[in-house]
Amino acid sequence: MLNQYYGDYLTVALFIAVGAILVGGAVGASKLLAPKNPGGFKDVAYESGIEPVGGGWNQSHIRYYIFALMFLIFDVEAVFIFPWAITLDAFQAAGRGVFILVEMFLFILILLSGLLYAIRKGVLKWE
Amino acid sequence: MTVFIEAAIKVAVAFVFIMLTTLVLVWAERKWVSDLQNRIGPDRAGPFGILQTLADGLKAFFKESIRPTQSIYLLYLVAPIAALIPALLIFLVIPIGAPIEIGGTTYTLQVMDLNIGLLYVLAVSSLAVYAITLAGWSSGSKYPLLGAVRASAQMISYEAAMGLALVPVVLLTSTTSIAGIVDAQQGTFGSFIPAWNIVLIPSFIIFLIAGFAETNRPPFDLVEAESEIVGYHTEYSGFAFALFFLAEYINVFNMSALTVTLFLGGWAGPVPSFLPTWIQWLVPVFWFLLKTWAFVFLFVWVRATLPRMRYDKLMTFGWKRLIPVSLAWIILCAVAIGFREFGAPWS
Repeated sequence: MLNQYYGDYLTVALFIAVGAILVGGAVGASKLLAPKNPGGFKDVAYESGIEPVGGGWNQSHIRYYIFALMFLIFDVEAVFIFPWAITLDAFQAAGRGVFILVEMFLFILILLSGLLYAIRKGVLKWE
Repeated sequence: MTVFIEAAIKVAVAFVFIMLTTLVLVWAERKWVSDLQNRIGPDRAGPFGILQTLADGLKAFFKESIRPTQSIYLLYLVAPIAALIPALLIFLVIPIGAPIEIGGTTYTLQVMDLNIGLLYVLAVSSLAVYAITLAGWSSGSKYPLLGAVRASAQMISYEAAMGLALVPVVLLTSTTSIAGIVDAQQGTFGSFIPAWNIVLIPSFIIFLIAGFAETNRPPFDLVEAESEIVGYHTEYSGFAFALFFLAEYINVFNMSALTVTLFLGGWAGPVPSFLPTWIQWLVPVFWFLLKTWAFVFLFVWVRATLPRMRYDKLMTFGWKRLIPVSLAWIILCAVAIGFREFGAPWS
């Protein structure tokens, strides 16, 4: 007998399975039913109507990578903030409210200084 | 076994609900945009053109899907499916109505109520970035790759802001369960103002802006800028393209539903007690749909009104405005909640 907890995640699994089967099936059916007429220039990569020059995998600017790094920092930090947000009430009830507030202030201040550092370093400049 | 049957029924209902909603949503957006732009819009297929979406879907279904010669074909095929499934998954935790009681058993009008519902929403909505990156990368073409890199940078930036904007909601309600958050919004301030989380106005605004950016809707629709055609789905055609399109519209509905659920009380609303029981079940659903469709209309209205932002402005706005403001707002909220419950901490 499944309890509610596992039942919920079973639903997620069921939903993913049903979704994958339905959508995959529809894509497959479309492949079978739609006309197939490969060849010619329509299979070539789009490049404003001219023949593509060079390969498809260009280099991108390094700043996109830095954005990804910054996102990682901020998202991991959000993972720390959520448990704090849930338990803030409990901590205050236990008389530790000031302690937990100051802790989070320091945490957020360190984070903001990190963001300020990144901005001063020119990560967000576009020239 | 009952858990399994209940899950199966809810999954089926959720699927039908999403598909019908999308069908109406695409039509409604085209109709509303055309009204706002002084055009007629679709009016041929069915009454008021309401079957237009169905006709377009069928057309896409019977169109050839071109296989670009340079593509990594397996990933190219998987990407649209990977875009659609997270969009469907978010809907699972949204309650569309008040719990109903049949024969002593209470059934929730929500496919599942995870205790980590809010984190689940954030986690699943990040999965959409994979689909976009995969689509751009596997196309083997310059413009899709550039569009995918831009889109993923945009989505992760605004996702950070969105996650931080939700922290005050958790502070206020002390739970991450979506049903719990809706329950916490049931009361009233004074005697008539509903106790909705919209009192957290900065959170609400940041969440809404981030929602527009997350769903790649105007004014943040740089990933499909028609004038440049630098979009991750440039190389897609036929039904695979339709799947990306479908995912975008499901995301618009999800984002509206989430805004309503987290900030506007979800299905909360006055239910007249003299009505028969089955109508009393339907009234909360009506309130939920009314509020959600109001936000869907806002999405459409903004699309018809605002011009597209420049990419550097977009990123600057996200990192220099939204994120610092949401961090400062978290601190402010924490202090205010401490004051509300215990008076000033030094007293």
